[in-house]
Amino acid sequence: MKKTVALLLFFYSVAGFAAGSGGLKLDHVNVDLSDTPSLQRGARIFVNFCLSCHSASYMRYNRMAEDLGISDEILRESLMFAADKPGELMESTMPVEDAKKWFGTAPPDLSLVSRSRGPDYIYTYMRSFYLDEGTPSGWNNTIFPNVAMPHAMYEWQGNQRAIFSTDSDGNKTFERFELVKEAELSPEEYDDAMRDLTNFMVYLGEPAKLVRYRYGFWVMMFMLLLIGLTYFLKKEFWRDVH
Amino acid sequence: MSNWIDDRFPATKVWEEHFSKYFAPKNFNFWYYFGGIAVVVLVLQILTGIFLTMHYKPDAQLAFASVEHIMRDVPGGWFIRYMHSTGASLFFVVVYMHMFRGLLYGSFKGPRELVWIIGMVIFVALMAEAFMGYLLPWGNMSYWGAQVIISLFGAIPIIGDGLSEWIRGDFVVSDATLNRFFAFHVILLPLLLALLVYLHIVALHKVGSNNPDGIDVKKHKDENGKPLDAIPFHPYYTVKDMFGLSVFFMLFFGIVFFVPEFGGWFLEKDNFTPANILQTPPDIVPLWYFTPFYSILRAVTWEWLPGGAKLWGVLAMGLSLAMLFLLPWLDRAKVRSIRYRGYMYKTALTIFVIAFVILGYLGTKHPAHIDLFIFENVIWAQVCMVLYFLFFLLMPWYTSRDTSKAEPDRVTG
Repeated sequence: MKKTVALLLFFYSVAGFAAGSGGLKLDHVNVDLSDTPSLQRGARIFVNFCLSCHSASYMRYNRMAEDLGISDEILRESLMFAADKPGELMESTMPVEDAKKWFGTAPPDLSLVSRSRGPDYIYTYMRSFYLDEGTPSGWNNTIFPNVAMPHAMYEWQGNQRAIFSTDSDGNKTFERFELVKEAELSPEEYDDAMRDLTNFMVYLGEPAKLVRYRYGFWVMMFMLLLIGLTYFLKKEFWRDVH
Repeated sequence: MSNWIDDRFPATKVWEEHFSKYFAPKNFNFWYYFGGIAVVVLVLQILTGIFLTMHYKPDAQLAFASVEHIMRDVPGGWFIRYMHSTGASLFFVVVYMHMFRGLLYGSFKGPRELVWIIGMVIFVALMAEAFMGYLLPWGNMSYWGAQVIISLFGAIPIIGDGLSEWIRGDFVVSDATLNRFFAFHVILLPLLLALLVYLHIVALHKVGSNNPDGIDVKKHKDENGKPLDAIPFHPYYTVKDMFGLSVFFMLFFGIVFFVPEFGGWFLEKDNFTPANILQTPPDIVPLWYFTPFYSILRAVTWEWLPGGAKLWGVLAMGLSLAMLFLLPWLDRAKVRSIRYRGYMYKTALTIFVIAFVILGYLGTKHPAHIDLFIFENVIWAQVCMVLYFLFFLLMPWYTSRDTSKAEPDRVTG
């Protein structure tokens, strides 16, 4: 039995070891899918800002409403700008051809970004836009240099400038941001909003995450019971061996 | 009733031969759980696979979205899909443990050569099954992984390019490739695997199971002809395997419900982006169970070799598998079990396992980076590749010189 427990522990520690890699320095975001109000606020930000250009084309409106406890009325009135029926997929209304003309590239689908990039990436990315006259949109991003996307929430965050330090070889290293224009939200409020958005996008990446830990707990309880049962069953049967 | 059937079909006979009167040594330990578990995982993969097939679309335009449809819109779809993806990786965990058991206790040695050979064919078929299944979600890593591995056939002189084109059905991995891989993954290879597993067990039951002492339990029988140190498979090992399976399923469902990506080892981050022919992932790495062999492939970097390094890399990878097939004839030791072998085999096996694990680790890393110490990954991979081959090539020499201890007459413990 001891050996088995040790083996199980070893296995899960391997998973943790593998998770802790990646080159970029990202700010950590506290994801909590049990925080339904945060998910609802995040959903609101997502449909108001992101969905104008991006799609989440693997996700349906009514599934989101059901999972996040949003009533049909609120869904239709304040969350469904780009669709007629609640069963529709969350698709952007912006034609891909136009997007290519305006931004040089089609905005990627956001359904799975939290799984391909990770929540910390989204959280840091949304807080790292800065003014840059050298780009077509006038915006740049420290963790996605020369990104085609302009800052969608500059009115909330305010305009920030990036301060770089230059070493003797002429390599630029990012130092810090400096707010040059007052914003509608305080920096703390903006961070909170981006945390809500990230939280929502983690849900969006895998809706099953809302339930699978809960089911998992009961399955583990059952398995423990079964291990105990089969252990004693085996002992009983093997009494006459040796 | 049973008479009526037995007169027409050997139901009782088969049951007795393979379960209630199949005598297995009574001293099986931890390492003997994995064969049975592997059979159960195969069944589970087939069952979950059937349900996935009901909703999956083998079409380059629809495949990726259909997987997300399974994950979101199909009731319980995420559960089925995670069982299938977790099952794939754990299948290899179980099979590697099962094979290592063979190395520990000399289960490949006579008279079990054919059991081992059939088992190796199962391993190769399983690799093909996993490789083709990995293309089906049509993520970007699926796509580029298939692109890289199929292009390996291009290294073969003269026929190479034509061969890889024939495998793909196109000049690049495309809808045609996806369709045929789907056919192989859901029909051809599962059928083949089921048949091979059947043969593996039939061959095993002809010669009887080995045991941790590596001695023949049929030498000592009672007056009825029953081996003294063996017990009927049913009920003894059926109940014991039920316990082993419960522990295994605790681990299995722990992953399914709590860490289905397993930190990127079972489901890779880059595979959550749809296949894109214009966007190569920064590092194309196969899933962990292929990485030891992938490392050997990449370790051959000597361009001065006739035909180029790539050809020899492919050959080295093929040889690394072929070596395992030859094991029954490379080992000259008189005893089977590691318990009675001398220090030479013990040392060689330890080095081999360490080299294999390091190769596996390096296969997930960039060859030019330094992830161990001092030297680049490719140098360490070359060192480990040499150690890997030396384990086999020197085996006839060190196993015939090794000083083995005397085997006991009856099983211990």
